[in-house]
Amino acid sequence: FYWMSVQTIRNVFSVETGYRLSDDQIVNHFPNHYELTRKDLMVKNIKRYRKELEKEGSPLAEKDENGKYLYLDFVPVTYMLPADYNLFVEEFRKSPSSTWIMKPCGKAQGKGIFLINKLSQIKKWSRDSKTSSFVTQSTKEAYVISLYINNPLLIGGRKFDLRLYVLVSTYRPLRCYMYKLGFCRFCTVKYTPSTSELDNMFVHLTNVAIQKHGEDYNHIHGGKWTVSNLRLYLESTRGKEVTSKLFDEIHWIIVQSLKAVAPVMNNDKHCFECYGYDIIIDDKLKPWLIEVNASPSLTSSTANDRILKYNLINDTLNIAVPNGEIPDCKWNKSPPKEVLGNYEILYDEELAQGDGADRELRSRQGQSQGPKGGRSRDSGRTVLTTW
Amino acid sequence: PEHLKEPLVYMRKAQGSWEKRILKSLNSMCTELSIPLARKRPVGEQKELLNKWNEMGTDEPDLSLFRPVYAPKDFLEVLINLRNPNYENGDSLSFRTHLGLIQVPLKVKDIPELKEFFVELGLTTGQLGIDDSTQVPPELFENEHVRIGQKVLAEQDSAAAQQYIRQGSPTALRAELWALILNISSQPEELLYYEQLKTNVIQHDLLVDSLIYKDVKLTASNDDYYFVFEDYLYQVLLCFSRDTSVLGHFAYNSASPPKSYIRGKLGLEEYAVFYPPNGVIPFHGFSMYVAPLCFLYHEPSKLYQIFREMYVRFFFRLHSISSHPSGIVSLCLLFETLLQTYLPQLFYHLREIGAQPLRISFKWMVRAFSGYLATDQLLLLWDRILGYNSLEILAVLAAAVFAFRAVNLMEVTSLAAAEAVLADLSTLKVMPLLQIFLFATVT
Repeated sequence: FYWMSVQTIRNVFSVETGYRLSDDQIVNHFPNHYELTRKDLMVKNIKRYRKELEKEGSPLAEKDENGKYLYLDFVPVTYMLPADYNLFVEEFRKSPSSTWIMKPCGKAQGKGIFLINKLSQIKKWSRDSKTSSFVTQSTKEAYVISLYINNPLLIGGRKFDLRLYVLVSTYRPLRCYMYKLGFCRFCTVKYTPSTSELDNMFVHLTNVAIQKHGEDYNHIHGGKWTVSNLRLYLESTRGKEVTSKLFDEIHWIIVQSLKAVAPVMNNDKHCFECYGYDIIIDDKLKPWLIEVNASPSLTSSTANDRILKYNLINDTLNIAVPNGEIPDCKWNKSPPKEVLGNYEILYDEELAQGDGADRELRSRQGQSQGPKGGRSRDSGRTVLTTW
Repeated sequence: PEHLKEPLVYMRKAQGSWEKRILKSLNSMCTELSIPLARKRPVGEQKELLNKWNEMGTDEPDLSLFRPVYAPKDFLEVLINLRNPNYENGDSLSFRTHLGLIQVPLKVKDIPELKEFFVELGLTTGQLGIDDSTQVPPELFENEHVRIGQKVLAEQDSAAAQQYIRQGSPTALRAELWALILNISSQPEELLYYEQLKTNVIQHDLLVDSLIYKDVKLTASNDDYYFVFEDYLYQVLLCFSRDTSVLGHFAYNSASPPKSYIRGKLGLEEYAVFYPPNGVIPFHGFSMYVAPLCFLYHEPSKLYQIFREMYVRFFFRLHSISSHPSGIVSLCLLFETLLQTYLPQLFYHLREIGAQPLRISFKWMVRAFSGYLATDQLLLLWDRILGYNSLEILAVLAAAVFAFRAVNLMEVTSLAAAEAVLADLSTLKVMPLLQIFLFATVT
């Protein structure tokens, strides 16, 4: 058993080394996880997935009067730069007062991110594409630009995002688990959409790596809230139905994002992976998928954090490598219920298919409440999702 | 009339001297730091504060020289020394001797009486906090209970709500139910009144403001659940200290508002003012009374009204000396009596090792468990405070916690070790604990 960094994974699976994993070796990344975890590829895969569903005439790909997907609109409008520069400019001109967020494709921890609200701020990316269309862009300089969600849900006047852990043991059939103890990361500074504060990363970026350098960073709670606190707060102030709907939608977008990359994923049976999903909720209680991390931080910033991450790793390994025995990659990857720990089954394709494929579509369509929300209760109802 | 505030003379006297002590402490802090009790803010400062109204937490005034006026343990010492001069204890020990810290003869309920009083918490009645757990199908209790709750709200029946909430409130209905029980309306006058208080805050600076700041920074800002709401706490508490309508509750509070005199006119009644304007001097942990309410109300004036009402109905009893059954003295005595009567071995053991149980549980009760329990559990507890219109449940819960951890407590040999066993209550589920203690323990 080898817990690898992404670097090592690249080496192990690269064609040159010809390293083969034997049956009793299990690793914690899929070879081409970047299809999901690189910002540009994730968006590409989701766009492709949506188009495919549309072509098939699937009801999931239904659109409303404005051409927006009803069920699959969970990623903010995004373009790759410099490749889609012209498309981006067209979109930008449609709503010139909007703010956009620039993120380097290959970096993490909030590095290199900045906000823009004027085309002039990203001239660099246009010049390159105009003058040197034959020069291959090195992947390091590739950026994605997304419409900035400038109406995030605020609590106590502060912006926050959700970090949820999702374990995937196999992509085909898709089997994934959601860790019940996710958390919210709060900014230390009050949120303001004012343009004068666009440069203030403490207002806009929730990464702990950034926030912990803020003046008001508190080491006891680390600016983190449990998801159950969030749920209690939302149920108390907004009501149970909308809160359940929100959490159902969050589960939905996670599963859809995994389904989107499943066809292109190298479903190596030696692999499993624990992703860190970043989700932002806007003030209309709509969740947005911001990105997926392949190496979510396993260091801890507070005492509670340490306990959470310890349990996370423990439960992850219990599912990936049952009974603490020498792993055999041929096993059917169906762990018994008892070892799930704080994980709950998010989606099990085999089980879902057993119930009949059209149940999935029917139940998704008819609802605005979604399937019985019992699953997301933190006290551990393990009701399978019905889609 | 004095007897309406508190019938027993010796209690009134004790409260009076406690108040003198607090005021003296406040005044000396004032003199030491050369800060006036109150001052008008210059216009520039007013503007600045108005701009920062929603993020006062980012202000970092130098608070290092301020100390809380008192902490719960100071108050406990006063209560321990309370004596009824008309009561002859006798030197001989007997079965009726009370071995706890509180040595005043007040009547407290025993378990049979508590069972009657809290009958709706019994084993055969459905409860939120127990019967809504995941193993129990919602059709058995939860769904029906929610339906009844919605009906109560639709009828706007305050008395029915109070009866209903004895079995706990569904999270989605709680904010409205509490408002109904506390008779809080959303009248425009209330909003105006709050705005008026806000203006007072902007225009004048009070010494107690710094005490409030310090308290929030020491307690709520470091709390895993409540740090998010720091700014709301300032908005509520600063207005609260200027709210003279709160003075009304002193008619039935054994305490009296502290008086101060305009400079230079010491002793002249015409120049006496209540200080702070609402007559309530905050102590260490005071802001924790407000913090849990932030989970229910995010509109400042509503949050304010709810807190004010909770204070003048319940919380004031937790830091004034009186003989009222929900007063802190009675609660302490109730706690100790329950422990001594029903867990005598544990009580005796702890006493022997110098760990009088009240020394540990006092702070829980003074804060109504805020900051010690997980928020969802705390709210279920406060549901019952509203439902039974009594704080006695705090003492019962404190005893139940000791009962729950009795095995570990029997093994400790020092006060510090006992504190450690009881340091973390965040995983406790209050309703099962209460139910077991009251209804399922062999007495």
